[in-house]
Amino acid sequence: MTATDITHESIVERLSAQFPGKILSHDEPFGLLSLNVPREDVIDIIKWLKEDAVFQFIFMTDLCGVHFPEQSGQELGVIYHLHSLVHNVRLRLRTFFPANDPVVPTATTVFKAANWMERETFDFFGIRFTGHPDLRRILNVDDMDYHPLLKQYPLEDGTRTDKDDKYFGR
Amino acid sequence: MDTLQTTPPGLQEEKQYNTLNLGPTHPATHGIFQNVLQMDGEYIVSGEATIGYIHRAFEKLAEHRPFYQVTPITDRLNYCSSPINNIGWHLTVEKLLGVQTPKRVDYMRVIIMELARITDHLICNSVVGVDTGALTGFVYVFQQREHVYEIYEEICGSRLTTNIGRIGGFERDFDDRVMGKIRKFLDEFPKVWKEFEGLLSRNRIFMDRTIGVGGISVEDALNYGFTGPNLRAAGLDYDVRVMNPYSSYQDFDFIIPIGQSGDVYDRFCVRNEEIWQSLSIIEQAYAKLMAMPQGEYFAPVPEFYLPPKQDVYTKMEALIWHFKIVMGEVDIPKGEVYHAVEGGNGELGFYLISDGGRQPYRLHFRRPCFIYYQAFPEMIKGSMLSDAILTMSSMNVIAGELDA
Repeated sequence: MTATDITHESIVERLSAQFPGKILSHDEPFGLLSLNVPREDVIDIIKWLKEDAVFQFIFMTDLCGVHFPEQSGQELGVIYHLHSLVHNVRLRLRTFFPANDPVVPTATTVFKAANWMERETFDFFGIRFTGHPDLRRILNVDDMDYHPLLKQYPLEDGTRTDKDDKYFGR
Repeated sequence: MDTLQTTPPGLQEEKQYNTLNLGPTHPATHGIFQNVLQMDGEYIVSGEATIGYIHRAFEKLAEHRPFYQVTPITDRLNYCSSPINNIGWHLTVEKLLGVQTPKRVDYMRVIIMELARITDHLICNSVVGVDTGALTGFVYVFQQREHVYEIYEEICGSRLTTNIGRIGGFERDFDDRVMGKIRKFLDEFPKVWKEFEGLLSRNRIFMDRTIGVGGISVEDALNYGFTGPNLRAAGLDYDVRVMNPYSSYQDFDFIIPIGQSGDVYDRFCVRNEEIWQSLSIIEQAYAKLMAMPQGEYFAPVPEFYLPPKQDVYTKMEALIWHFKIVMGEVDIPKGEVYHAVEGGNGELGFYLISDGGRQPYRLHFRRPCFIYYQAFPEMIKGSMLSDAILTMSSMNVIAGELDA
């Protein structure tokens, strides 16, 4: 592996030049450069980062959903972790959108690895990935009628009558 | 699935195919996996994997548990190498809290994690042997796994789902008995493993059976998010221990074995060599530990490290901290952390969002099995059913990690 010669500043600088106004904000929690981007452009940015001859973010490490009910208008989000194996630099992209319009373009056109991760995110958060080849539930049963990792759903089903928890303070 | 509809070479279109349900509880798949296969005679035309049979909602559970109680959840991800998951989680929390662990703790962790890697690879490789018809090797090396579990037992009291260690270090020091057991393992295991390797790795029958089976190119492997031995067998030397060293892995001298074609045989060989490298790492860590005084087995962070039980009963300070930690009265910083360790199957990542509460606000496990298993239908397309079984076992898909 070559020594890292690309800095976080250069990533932000070149991305801002390539996608003017699309890098909404950036920070570096625990040394991992994180960019907030609009959902319309997130796939273009991922694709550009992958294909760019200098950066070569050729590996999608992770894709997952998040839910912040108190962030009005930006309740739901998708977090992408990319890794430039050539330079050993990791990058996090966040995109947020309202809960009543949970639609994001799919990343399966760029990374095949995104397929099941997007299905998982759909399963647990109800985020719909447009263009996904096979967007079905993956871990939960098919006839489940809610998306369990959303914060409004309690851990245990409140309608259950077969458990008496009053002695356990729950 | 669009990608599965192309016809493999040599197979006729417009033919009636048989549908075969492989699983969910098929004895040859070593776990709860369902694959609905379209078969042309003994050849697989297409397949579709259904997963989630042992889904236990770990990510939701974790949002309702204090940090310490998340550790037992991580046990049940890849249960063939629980200590790696435990320590990976502790390292993630330590990153969030800014805890610096002493070198001795790092080396102790390295020994435990490498022992876990050996047991993980040992099971995978011996099961590849079983699926090619060689049961003896599996039974033979399984006894060695018991010896590793005895080491765990000596340290943390349990064997399979270990819940080993604490945030900041270990619950107790490695005493002479533990070091003696590690020494004994280091002395005995290489002979056993060498014999096992001799049974299979240059065995003509085994080689004919595995070479060229279930291969994947390095481009496809990267595209599908492969990590760990499966990616290395395809020919890319990505190892988290080297790329982003944690727990003082930079102090150790070891090589990353890689393969060429990413087939079953390459995966087998890569895992074999990684076992030898792990042994070398343990040997180095053992020497480092023996040169150090005993006693420093946790970081000085009383607000997060559960104090020893005998102190809780006799010392006021320890009692207060114990109460505060258990009742969740310690403030956790807000933050967003991604930490990855090299698990038995690849990059095991923890993406943790903390809102300052006693539980994680959001915890996502980047489970290597889950990500690479999606390539399985494409890898077995056009191969024979018996090769599909072999491909699955050599990919080391662990149901607990797959379904979380």
